[in-house]
Amino acid sequence: MSCDFTPTLLHGYLDDELDAARAAEFERHLECCKECTAALGAEESLRSSLQRSGLYENAPVALRKKIRAGLDAATASSAGMRISTWRMIAVAATVLIVAGVSWFSWPRAGKDSASTAPFTVAEIIDAHVRSLQPGHLTDVTSTDQHTVKPWFNGKLAFVPPVKDFADEGFILVGGRLDVLGGQNVAALVYSRRKHIINVFVLPTKEPDTAIHLPGLRQGYQWRHWRRQGMEYCAISDVSDSDLYELAQLMYQ
Amino acid sequence: MSGYDQGKGSDVLDAQDRARFEQLVLPHLDAAFNLARWLLRRRADSEDVAQEAMLRAYRFFRGFHGGDARAWLLQIVRNTCYTWLEKNRPVELMSEFDEELHPQPSTSPEALAIAGDNRERLTRALETLPPRFREVLVLRELEGCSYKEIASITAIPIGTVMSALARARQRLHRALTQSTPQEASREL
Repeated sequence: MSCDFTPTLLHGYLDDELDAARAAEFERHLECCKECTAALGAEESLRSSLQRSGLYENAPVALRKKIRAGLDAATASSAGMRISTWRMIAVAATVLIVAGVSWFSWPRAGKDSASTAPFTVAEIIDAHVRSLQPGHLTDVTSTDQHTVKPWFNGKLAFVPPVKDFADEGFILVGGRLDVLGGQNVAALVYSRRKHIINVFVLPTKEPDTAIHLPGLRQGYQWRHWRRQGMEYCAISDVSDSDLYELAQLMYQ
Repeated sequence: MSGYDQGKGSDVLDAQDRARFEQLVLPHLDAAFNLARWLLRRRADSEDVAQEAMLRAYRFFRGFHGGDARAWLLQIVRNTCYTWLEKNRPVELMSEFDEELHPQPSTSPEALAIAGDNRERLTRALETLPPRFREVLVLRELEGCSYKEIASITAIPIGTVMSALARARQRLHRALTQSTPQEASREL
């Protein structure tokens, strides 16, 4: 073989990875070596085929979505707790199925003054389910009532009473702003043995009531009452006895 | 060698980590998927493994101290692909890498001009190469990586990247020649 250059050098030249001196040397060699000139031509041709044939495959959109969901799950949420995706889906599916079957208007069904409540059961359940989606539970995350309560200042036209009942087994997780019946309301979030309880609070001009009988739909319990110019609705998937206990604590 | 902490990933990442990851690493998802696709050859497997690699990268993200995020990610993708291959298709990894280099490519530029601009033919030819040849070609020709980047992604010494590419290209030329349609191969 007449060519005394190592054949790999040609690739370094092709890839523009030779230093200036070696590249110049190789160029001088090319002028007199037909073999290397032909070989370089073949490599350039192969490269252009590879680059012009649309071989690069971009990530599918579905993969991008799956990865984002995975990242969400691996990121500590603001409330410090995670609601798994399947549970979210199960909850959403239940809402859809049951909503189609039974559509009655609450609290009109109740026999006492609850009939004037400014929101419907469907709205409360929607708000509760929405809050369980990752990152939606709380705007302010704190177990300290003296942090949660002032947080609402300036965000609502009223100040909701906020108390922690950790000693009684209801841990204050935080609070957030929500909308019920087109009205801004405060949502207080408690946890009870890993279950989430939302307590919606908004001002009312109606007189006080007792804690109303429990409502149950789609596996969610709620308790509703009015006390000292505030309307309360607590909703959760905990048992009614737990919910009633919290309602009594808040009622005092 | 730019290794990443294989031992332990932190699984408590916060919103700030997430934002940084979105900014630095997630833009290279296409590169991650493309490499996985060419190493594993099947789209469905590539999606699974690219996803696994991306989430692994996220867990190791606190061990990433700046620099070339694409190379860092592709290194993880590559390792995840090889682990997957070892487990699911070990035979593919048994092919020999260090074979003797023949001095000249066996395809003429003319034959390539006729046969090479065909996506399917190129795909088939690339897929017949052992993974270690395929990956340097994909990184160089499709991803546009420098020798330095290829070295850090594939964990081969930088001094051998050039010869690895030379061998890989030679193998590809040969694969293309072998898959040339009957009429053409009779002439060669």
